[in-house]
Amino acid sequence: MSAKNFGFSIHKDRQIDYDKNYREFYYRVKAVEPSISLCISCGNCTATCSAGNFTSMNLRNVILLAARGEVNNLGDNVSACLLCGKCQLGCPRGVNTRNVVIAIRKELKIRRKP
Amino acid sequence: MGKDVLIIGGGIAGMEASAYLSAMGYQVTLVEKANELGGHLLRWERLFPTQRHGKEVLSFLHCGIDGKIRVIKNAEPVAAVTRDDLHIVTLSTGEVITANAVLITTGYKTFDASRKEEYGYGIYNNVVTSADLEEMFSSGKEMLTSSGIVPRRVGFIHCVGSRDEKVGNIYCSKVCCVTAVKQAIELKERLPYAEAFCFYMDLRMYGMHFEELYKEAQEKHGVQFIRGRLSEAAENQDHSLLIKVEDTLTGRPLKMKMDLLVLMVGFEPSDGTQKMAELFHLETGSTRFLKMADEHTSTNVSSVQGVFLAGTCSAPRTITSTITDARAAAAKITSYLSQYSIEQREN
Ligand code: SF4
Ligand code: SF4
Ligand code: SF4
Repeated sequence: MSAKNFGFSIHKDRQIDYDKNYREFYYRVKAVEPSISLCISCGNCTATCSAGNFTSMNLRNVILLAARGEVNNLGDNVSACLLCGKCQLGCPRGVNTRNVVIAIRKELKIRRKP
Repeated sequence: MGKDVLIIGGGIAGMEASAYLSAMGYQVTLVEKANELGGHLLRWERLFPTQRHGKEVLSFLHCGIDGKIRVIKNAEPVAAVTRDDLHIVTLSTGEVITANAVLITTGYKTFDASRKEEYGYGIYNNVVTSADLEEMFSSGKEMLTSSGIVPRRVGFIHCVGSRDEKVGNIYCSKVCCVTAVKQAIELKERLPYAEAFCFYMDLRMYGMHFEELYKEAQEKHGVQFIRGRLSEAAENQDHSLLIKVEDTLTGRPLKMKMDLLVLMVGFEPSDGTQKMAELFHLETGSTRFLKMADEHTSTNVSSVQGVFLAGTCSAPRTITSTITDARAAAAKITSYLSQYSIEQREN
């Protein structure tokens, strides 16, 4: 049976609700790779990223969303990373970017387990 | 030499310029409207970027106030006239002072945060200013919200009363970005389990070591930075605050609860500065600070002959810049009183 059409639909709230978000995720990643806290969102990593040219991988955004506890779409992003390490060469804050990606992947897996 | 210099305002700039001019042999009179020298420095517990105590700098300045300088406290100019290059200034005490040169060091005041009504200062108890927070720190008391709980989340709001045409101040106040970082660190040192957030439009970490302090705040203290300007704060039933900003780097609106909100208030010319502008007929710029004769080459020279400027009466400044400016003004006044015009070097 198809859903009833009431003539309107409900949009998902675009607002980041900080108090409800999964913020512990960020602290857990940070415990593994503390340099994640040094990111200044400059975008150098994203500009140089080989994967980013063909996929939605955007490390600047991944780090930012992790910090906000917005973790639902992180998986698609980080799975495209090749772990080539190019981003790390340019990062002005010395973020250990590859390890950030690895830590985020691990955390996402742990979270998926029941 | 036997020439007299009147310095109006006994804050950082006034004290340092007094010391230099007295050392150069001029008869200096320093007028201060309060009953103590030191100005804003009396209220700042610690200073960026080194976290040293404000008192240390103050005692350095006091060492310069030797017995030769005449200090008049609890007094301010109420009238001024100029006759044959002499400035004749009447004080509120009735005394009349005659000086060959006058230096204005009347400084700034902090922006009145209640003018930004949507931020709730003066309406909600847990909204304070950066100056209030500094007083909370120096009181040595336990940090508590108005409801008596230890704050778990504190937000620092940058650019309150600066870079804002709505309140008539289009300029950047220069010191509040690094002050927010400094205060966030101090907060985390006192309350390691609290979360601290800075909400900024741009982070202006221009000074030597400012960027290091910013990095230290992220690395050691976990202070978090969200790019976005606070649109409004509302009070929850438990007197915590709900704030709304756009998280401009994710491009999405964001809301979060805060136990304490700290407004980083900017600089405005002090009442004394505005009064001196009237009394001495000094030009002010579009920002209402006293106008410098030339932005690059004559920063201590006002629009009136024999009247000079130093410190934050002419622009927002750090303490370092204020001290340097005071010394520059002393050199400028010396060249003026020796009838050597540095600006006309070819002559
Ligand atoms: S390591 Fe991953 S994020 Fe970094 S440049 Fe390579 S593909 Fe991009
Ligand atoms: S290059 Fe470094 S600092 Fe810049 S966005 Fe990427 S991780 Fe952050
Ligand atoms: S120093 Fe920073 S907080 Fe202060 S007015 Fe400038 S940009 Fe805003």
